[in-house]
Order: sequence, then structure tokens, then C-alpha cells
Amino acid sequence: MAQQLLDVKDLHTQFFTRDGVVHAVDGVTFHLEAGETLGLVGESGCGKSVTALSLMRLIPQPPGRITEGSIVFDGQDVLKMDDDEVRGIRGNNIAMIFQDPMTSLNPVLTISRQISEALELHLKMDKSEARKRTIELLDLVGIPSAKKRLDDYPHQFSGGMRQRVMIAMALSCNPKLILADEPTTALDVTIQAQILDLLKNLAREFRTAFILITHDLGVVAGMTQRIHVMYGGKIVEKADTAELFANPKMPYTWGLLRSIPRLDEHRKAKLVPIEGLPPDLIAPPPGCRFEPRCQYRRDVCKEKEPELKRIPNAKPDHEARCWGTQEGGWLVDTDWHREIGDTRVIEEIKKEVADLPAETKKDGEEPPLPPPSPVN
Amino acid sequence: MAVTTPPPSDAEFTRVRSTATAGSGKNLLEVKALKMHFPLTQGIIFQRQVGAVRAVDGIDFFVEKGETLGLVGESGCGKSTTGRAILQLYKPTAGAVVFDGVELTKLGGEQMRKMRRRLQMIFQDPYASLNPRMTVGNIIGEPLEVHNLAKGHEKTERVQELLRVVGLNPYFTNRYPHEFSGGQRQRIGIARALAVEPEFIVCDEPISALDVSIQAQVINLLEELQDRFKLTYLFIAHDLSVVRHISDRVAVMYLGKIVELADRVDLYERPLHPYSQALLSAVPIPDPAVESKRKRIILTGDVPSPVNPPSGCRFHTRCWKAQQICSEVDPEFIEHEPRHWAACHFPGA
Repeated sequence: MAQQLLDVKDLHTQFFTRDGVVHAVDGVTFHLEAGETLGLVGESGCGKSVTALSLMRLIPQPPGRITEGSIVFDGQDVLKMDDDEVRGIRGNNIAMIFQDPMTSLNPVLTISRQISEALELHLKMDKSEARKRTIELLDLVGIPSAKKRLDDYPHQFSGGMRQRVMIAMALSCNPKLILADEPTTALDVTIQAQILDLLKNLAREFRTAFILITHDLGVVAGMTQRIHVMYGGKIVEKADTAELFANPKMPYTWGLLRSIPRLDEHRKAKLVPIEGLPPDLIAPPPGCRFEPRCQYRRDVCKEKEPELKRIPNAKPDHEARCWGTQEGGWLVDTDWHREIGDTRVIEEIKKEVADLPAETKKDGEEPPLPPPSPVN
Repeated sequence: MAVTTPPPSDAEFTRVRSTATAGSGKNLLEVKALKMHFPLTQGIIFQRQVGAVRAVDGIDFFVEKGETLGLVGESGCGKSTTGRAILQLYKPTAGAVVFDGVELTKLGGEQMRKMRRRLQMIFQDPYASLNPRMTVGNIIGEPLEVHNLAKGHEKTERVQELLRVVGLNPYFTNRYPHEFSGGQRQRIGIARALAVEPEFIVCDEPISALDVSIQAQVINLLEELQDRFKLTYLFIAHDLSVVRHISDRVAVMYLGKIVELADRVDLYERPLHPYSQALLSAVPIPDPAVESKRKRIILTGDVPSPVNPPSGCRFHTRCWKAQQICSEVDPEFIEHEPRHWAACHFPGA
């Protein structure tokens, strides 16, 4: 336990909207060791970004609120801190790289202002020191002729270069943990390769812990030590990276891996998509969150929610949230490459989606009152 | 489907015909020396042209009937502009677009409007490409009315049929776009394109805005529809794995030019142009065992501005093979192997 840099337990983050309470993060538990790189994978709306924002207490409040759980970073509970204490951690010990480098830099400040702000604030450097350090940082992230570009504005940089500036900013105070939220999604493939290469080298050099949040299984494959797959606000599978790709144990992960065409494999005649639609987090399915889209489902999946548990035929630290692959389940020995499930069930799911009333909205209803927050 | 290519009018056309548009009889679409420049102006009242964004700067290719031609490249390389210029949504600066023997750039407004029944487009953003104030029935029914294909009860039936074809409930006709998810909206966009029974569809990044688990659904739908209605696609995307899956032939664009064009297998297994090689090596593969062994070609720098592209070969500023000649002479787009064109002075591995 002493080794652990971050320990998140049973985190619940909810948004109180007019249509109801959105259970964006619904009981997420994980930990991270110093210097480790963890991948958080899932589709949009699965709660991965909200998890990251919760870690830094950046959830807009209202409508959002962390309703339950604890986030222990470096021995301190982030949720019990007052605003000043949190500010001392943000950017200093935990830094964040956002998805969109176009909108996450301030367009009216020069990049040197934006980077040195953190240096002056957290490390109490004076102006000239901070400026010197800024040049070092920009050199480090590979911005050519950093000295000359110091007083440029964000619009004078390309997307890839802006993302480098963001990374320089994240590194500025030597944080122990960097949260990278889809750091390459807005970039082109060749630029993505540059940025991933840079992040990999930095992680090695500074022994910084990373949480890499992405929807792209390809990106995490080469970057991380462990991967957590999220679906519908919950972690549905945890494993180390090699194990997850070699021996996935959750039908949702199977679906993800099957549905993307791979460059290094023979072209398949047909892709096997995950049918159906992502769950509505206002009224999530009562049983397993993935049950409405799962072609391996049985009655138990609809009735009771499975726990995230160790599973047979896998490494000891491999956990999955599935009745089928857990001890005594019907998917324990399933070869997911070959057995793609009951075609009758697949047709059923397709039909359910076609008939699904896309949104049942009741207008004029009062938003439910948020409960008092345990934060502060 | 006899294609009558217009006689070459000048020297440039002759060169073009000998390379990428060597017309076999079954070409549905031929694009010749297509240029699309957007003027940059200065001044408030008297706008002087001070330059041009050379979004598409002389490209040649053909699309055969029934095939899917994939068009890949990074953002800003001109792939979407190409798609729009083909449909005459932009008036091309120069060059020819020949669809089934008809030169589209020379058509008048009314003639082109009639022609559009045969050429349709599916857009990238399913949130922006559907009018939020129209019901799904009106959105899909509008092209039917515009082209006098169906009216009244017949139209309603046709719309319901189309919804069924794209995998939606036919009783959704009275709903509005905001009631649907992204994947469902993209299906509505597809139904709208199909309404007029087109022969040729430009798919402009149709899956980029969708969730991973939904992308495969839409790809499969597009493939099913192609088989069922004998469609020809120009599939524009930046995701190389998806393009490999769906395309018969693939064209790679860089800064307004096609740098390589080949059959799918040839392009992905034996890319000739260094840019294609770099692009392919940059795609991450979802398998840590493979990833740890792969050698990446990491290009330095960014894509130059299309306002004043580099001299000679446009890729020479980022190319690891570049030599003196590359910065001086623009390499020609030559057929190096049968049906495998590339524009490079030093093609191959």
C-alpha cells in the first residue's frame, strides 16, 4: 500500500440535469503505482473523462457532483481537501493534458505566459527563472527554436505543436501523475505517432505516472502497462496490457476488438459490430450494463449485476464484470475469435434497437434536487 | 455503359490520359487534372486577390463502376474538397470531372440539378448535416419531391421503406433528428442519400464522428447497400484500417495531390511512396506483442501550408529519402507497376 500513488475507491460522480440524474461514474475503483502507465479505454459517454476530471476535482458544480467514494493521492484524500489545498495539487502534483489543443490554450496569452504561470505559482520561481525553465521545457517537448517562439500566441502553432505546448505545461512542475485525456484524438496519424513517441520517452525519463484515456485500443496497446475497460460508468475489465489483448474476458472487450479492422491482419469479409446502442446513464439497465447489447446474454444478466471479480483461465490480477466468464459461468472456455454468439440473439438486439423509442423525454419536469456533497 | 472521353484538348490532357485515367470502358467517373483553388483576398471594399489556397492542385483518377475507391490523407490534404468538387458543390478552378460520359464542370445549373439524382453524398457530421427543424420523414422525402420521384402516399411509403433498409423503425417518420443518437442519425443521412436511387455516392468521413462500437455497424450497412443497389463509392477517410477494409482501390493524398494510387492489396503490402509508408507505419495496432516489435517511421514537422506549397515534390520537406532533385522537380504521377501509380523520384522500399 505504501507504494501506491493513487487509490480510487467506489467513486460516484453524478450530473443533476433536467432529464434526471446521470450516473456518469458509478462505482469506480482502481489504483496506480508511482511511475506506472494505466490505460482507461471506452467509448464516449462511458465515464472515462469524468473519472479523470473527478480526480482533479474539476467537475463543474452544479450540475455535477461527486456523491460518494474516496480519492487518495499520495496519502491524502483529495475529496476532503479545501479549495486551496486542491489548487496546490492541480498542475503541481497532478497535471492534465486535454484532448483538444485548439481550445485548451488561452488564445490571448503568449505560450510563455501560460507555461510560466504554473512555475511562478507552484514553484515560486521569479520571472526570469520561469522564462528560462519554459525554454527548457519547450526544447524538451521538441518545439524547434523554442527561444524564438516563446512569445508567440497559440494560433501561431499547428495542432501537433499546440499539443506539445500542452505537454510542456503539464510537465512544468514535475508532477507525479499526468492525466492524458485523448491526447492524440484531434491529431493526424503521423502527428499522433510523434506525440505518442514523445509521451513514451517522457514517461520513461521522468518516471511520471500516466493515466492515458482513449477510445483507441491501438494507442493503449503500445503505451501502457495495465488497462481498464470502462462501459456505462463502470470498469468492466481490468488486466495488464498483454493479458487484455491476448486473453480478454468480457464480451464488450471482445466486441471492441472484433469490430475494428486491423492493418496487420487479413482483411475480413465482414466486420462483427457490437449491435445496439450505448446505455442511457439516466436509467441504466438494472442488471449488467452491457446485457442489452450482449449476444451471449442469459436471464441472470438482466436480473442481477455482476461484480468485478477474478476469473478462471486468466492471470491472477485479471478481473472482469461478467456472469459468463466468472467461476461457473457459461463463457469460461469460450474462444471469442470463433464463437460470436447466438445469431438469434443478435437479430433480437437489432430489432430492439430499430424499435427503441430513441428518447423518452418528459418536458416541464423539475430537476431532482442534488443531495449534499461529501466534498468539503 | 459506354464512356466517351472528350478528345484531349491540350498537351496536359494527353499526358493525363497516358497515366492515371487510361480509360477502360467501365469507368463511371473520371477526374482529370482537377484543381480547386480558394482565393485569399485583402482589402475591405476592393478585394484584391493576394494568393490562393491550393486545396486540390491537379489530380487524376478514375472510379470504376461498382467499386469503392478509398481516399486517405491527413486533415487539410484536400480529400474532402475533392469529393465536393466532384459533385460540383464547389466550382473547380480547372480540370474535368466526367461522370458516365458527361462533363460535369460544363453543365448548367438545371442540368446539374438533374444529374445530382445520380450522384449523392453522405456527410461526416450527422449532427450538422440534418436540419433540426425537419422531421425525419421530410428530410428523407425532400429529395423525392425535388426530383419528382414520389408524392403523397407513395412518398410516405417510400420513406418508410428507406428507413427499413437502413435498419431503423419505419414509424420514426414524425420524429426530429435530436431524438436520435449519432449512429442512428448517420443512418438517416444514408437513407436520404439513397432516396433518389443514386449510382455514385461520395462518403465524406461517414464514420469519423461515431463511437467505435457503432462504426462497424455503419461500415457493414454501407457494404450491404453497395451489394444490394450496385453502388459505386468514393470513400473519404483518414483511418487507414477502415479504408483498407472497405475499399477496392486506395488513393493517398498529400497537400492537394495524389501521391499514390493502387489496388488495396498492393498499396498496403507494397507502398511505393515514402509518405504512404510513413502513414501506414504510424497507425497503432491493437496488439501489444505486435506493437513492441514494430518499427515506426516518425515524420518530423508538420504538413506545410497549401498557400505556398514546397517546390518540387511537396513531400520533400518531411521525407527521409529526399535529395537535390526532389526540391527542384515535381515528380510525375507514373504507373510503376500495372495499376499502381505513384509520384516519387525514388519509389519503393
